[in-house]
Order: sequence, then structure tokens, then C-alpha cells
Amino acid sequence: MTAVAGGTPASVRAPLTAPVRWRLTWATAHRVLSQLRHDPRTVVMLIAVPSLLMVLLRYVLDNPVALNRFAPEFIGVFPFIIMFIVTAVTTQRERARGTLERLMAMPLGKLDLLAGYAIAFGLVACVQVGVVLLISLTWLGVQLPGSVVPLLVVAVLDALLGMSLGLFASAFARTEFQAVQFMPAFVLPQALLCGIVVARDQMSDLLRWLSDVLPLSYAVDAMQQISAGASWSGAVTRDVGVILGFTVAALAGGALTLRRRTH
Amino acid sequence: MPLAAQASDLVVRRQGHVILDRLAFTIPRGRVTGLLGPSGCGKTTLMRTLVGVQVISAGRVEVLGLPAGDPRLRPRIGYATQDPAVYSDLTLAENLRYFGTVLGLPRGRLADAIARTVATLDLGGLEHRVVGTFSGGQLARADLAVALLAQPDLLVLDEPTVGLDPVLRRDLWATFHRLAAGGATLLVSSHVMDEAARCDHLLFMREGRFLAAASPDEMLATTGAASLESAFLALASRPQAARP
Repeated sequence: MTAVAGGTPASVRAPLTAPVRWRLTWATAHRVLSQLRHDPRTVVMLIAVPSLLMVLLRYVLDNPVALNRFAPEFIGVFPFIIMFIVTAVTTQRERARGTLERLMAMPLGKLDLLAGYAIAFGLVACVQVGVVLLISLTWLGVQLPGSVVPLLVVAVLDALLGMSLGLFASAFARTEFQAVQFMPAFVLPQALLCGIVVARDQMSDLLRWLSDVLPLSYAVDAMQQISAGASWSGAVTRDVGVILGFTVAALAGGALTLRRRTH
Repeated sequence: MPLAAQASDLVVRRQGHVILDRLAFTIPRGRVTGLLGPSGCGKTTLMRTLVGVQVISAGRVEVLGLPAGDPRLRPRIGYATQDPAVYSDLTLAENLRYFGTVLGLPRGRLADAIARTVATLDLGGLEHRVVGTFSGGQLARADLAVALLAQPDLLVLDEPTVGLDPVLRRDLWATFHRLAAGGATLLVSSHVMDEAARCDHLLFMREGRFLAAASPDEMLATTGAASLESAFLALASRPQAARP
């Protein structure tokens, strides 16, 4: 190898297009889920917190019409926020404790690692959303105009979006404390601008433009479309496409921040 | 003598500071090479370079006949960092199963590899305990276990015996020599001079440069010193060791 000042030789750079190797991906997902299994308190919080927030929302609103309007939006937002924090902290911890460097020195592809995380947290998101939905539709009496499937699909995609943004954000955190701080920094502005607090078409041009480029706006819009009666319209398809686009872009960004060689 | 690694004109700079200053060295195959020097002299950076996780500024580094960092080297090098890099919220067996799978051990050989490594490092009975509950010595051995798991051709161990019980340290050094006798190459760093005598070959390092590279006996013979510690001091005070 000759001098490599200022760069990494092509042979060392793992191509982003490398195929995902399922045995390693599944091993990683299994490992992440095993870590969760040894931490029952976190599991309880992951599953219970969104449901408790929904119960709280039910009693704060105390009005079935308002609940029917807001519940789907919140079912889309809670898993997004929680997955963001969980992933940002988990990944930051993996960097800080040296296990990421160890993995990067081993024959593990970046995509194997990222896909493993996505599968593990995707499964957690399914359970989380399933429990919220079950409680909302039975105990809390939320009524949907159509099938529950579109709501479930969009909510799980929102959770995956939160996961991939958390993964990306973690690259910019040097400590777990900073990673937690990204929640208010990355997520709360989106929550204010996504159309729950004020309808997006009533915002000033500047704010609506900002809202247009933030992924959570599309998550909430999809939920609004679904709760307004259309079971699956063109607008929902467009929203889902945007959510998936942001998720893939954040995962690709996350892959770029995983470095085999560091200073 | 066949070489496990060689480097020439190796330079690593970090934020304007020269960490490794035009290093040239060879590491003999099938031996235990000790990398000795005070904290902060560049030992960890040198080891990271061999493992292929360090961005280098200039120079050539070849490991097992391939450029350092070549993807084909990844399953062939076992690396243990100074701070244990294992998952503290998993059991020892879960850690070893995961890293073993990542290292490409086939399913059928994984259980055998884990049993062998656990026995080598005297970790029997701890397989199903969560690593976060381990003592310092157990944790250090759990970390080593990951490095040894896939029977790599080159083991790069960063201060593996620091802070360990003397009995355990003696046993680990015996293990290192047994692995070398089996054909593996070991590079073991330490800032404790009394470990130097346990190595077949020594690299004395200070402020990003080598003071000398020789066997312990040669070090003593050329410096006329009574101990390796005095040999290090004698070499460090020589004028040619001073910076230009």
C-alpha cells in the first residue's frame, strides 16, 4: 500500500451496495433483541409508555370526537419519538464502548449491522404499535372509519423513520447525554411543525415551507388522511413514499457515518 | 525468518501532532512480540494501524502479506482493545456467539470454538452470566476471548494483562506462548517493563519512535544493563534517540 494521505484506499471502503448477508444481519438483530431481553425495565417502557400516553390523551381531551381526530396522529408520533431516542442512545453507546470499532475490524458489513438494527427495532415497533392500537380501539373507544391495516402500516413505518433518524443523529453525539438532547433538538421542532398543533395550511409561508421538508409532517398527514375516511388514497401513498424515502436516506447517511478507519 | 507484519516510513498525524514518526519495523511470525513503552508513546495507534482501523498519513504497512486494512485480513486478525469492548448487557456465551458468527465461524463449529476459548481463558462456569457483573479480571479475559475465538493468525492485544492478578498474568503469558507455538503471531503491548522479559522479541517505543528492536537477551547484551528497565533507560538517554 502506498501513501494514503487524505483518503482511504478503495479496497478498504466497503461499498454501500454490498449485499446484505442474512446470517450476519439476523445475528445482529438477535443480539440487539437479547440485549433488550436482559433489560426488562426498558422493554416495559418501550411497550407501555406509548399506551400510557394514549390513555392520558383520552382523559385530557375527554371528548370522543376530538379523540377520534387526534388519536391516529399520536399513534403515528409516539413510536417515532421513542424509537428515535432508543436508537440514538443505543448506537452512541456502541460507539463509545468500543464494540463498534471491534465490529468494524471484523468481517461485518455496515449494511449487515444497520439492517440488523432495523429488523430488531422494527419488531419492537410492531409490538409497541400493536399494543397502542389494541388499547385505543377497545378500552379507549377510538373509532376508525375504515380498516385498521393502513394505520398499522403507517405507524410502523413512522417508528422505523424514528429509528433511522436516531441512528443518523447518534453519529453527531459524543456522549449518551448529548444523544438524549437530540430528542428536543431534532424531534420537538418537527412535532410543532407537523400539523398537530396548528394545521399546516394555516402556518406562515416560511413555517409551512419548513414543515414541507420535515419527515414527521408526512407521517401526520398520512394519519390525518386515514382517520378522515379514505382507507388508502393517493395522498397516503405519496406520504408513505416520502416517509420511506427519508428512512432510506437516513440509513444511508448512518452508513456513511460508520467508519472502518478513524483518526 | 518469515514475517507476520512489516512497515516502512509509517507516519500517523492527529490534529497536527505526529503520533507515529516514520516508523519501520518487522514482526516475526509465530512469536510473541512485546511492544513496550510509556503510556501515550503511540502503542495503541501502532496496533490500530496493523488492525486496519487507523487512518495513516504516510507509509507502507503490510500484514500477513496484504496491505493493512485489506478486507481479507479481517477474519484473520484478533484484536483486543485496552478497554474491554464486549456487550456488558449480554452473557459471555451470547457475546461469543455473536462475535463468532460475525467472524464467520460456521454454525457447527461455533459451540466448539466457544468451549475451547472459555477453557483456554479459564472462564468455565461464567458462560451464562451477564458480562456487566464480571470482575475486572473476568472482564479482561472475556475481551480476550473474543480476540482468540476464531483462532486468528495474528493476535493484537493492547495491554491485556494490566491490573490482573499475578497468577492470572503468569497463566495468560503461558497461554500466549502456547498459541505462538501453535503458529500464531502475537503482538502484546505493555507499559510495565517486567513483562518485557516474557516476550520473544521486543519493540521499545518512546514518543512515537522506536528506541530498539531485539530479543530481551540482545537488549541486555547491547546496553550492558542488568535489567530491561535499565536497558530502556539507557536507550532512551542515547543521543541518537533524541529528536532532531
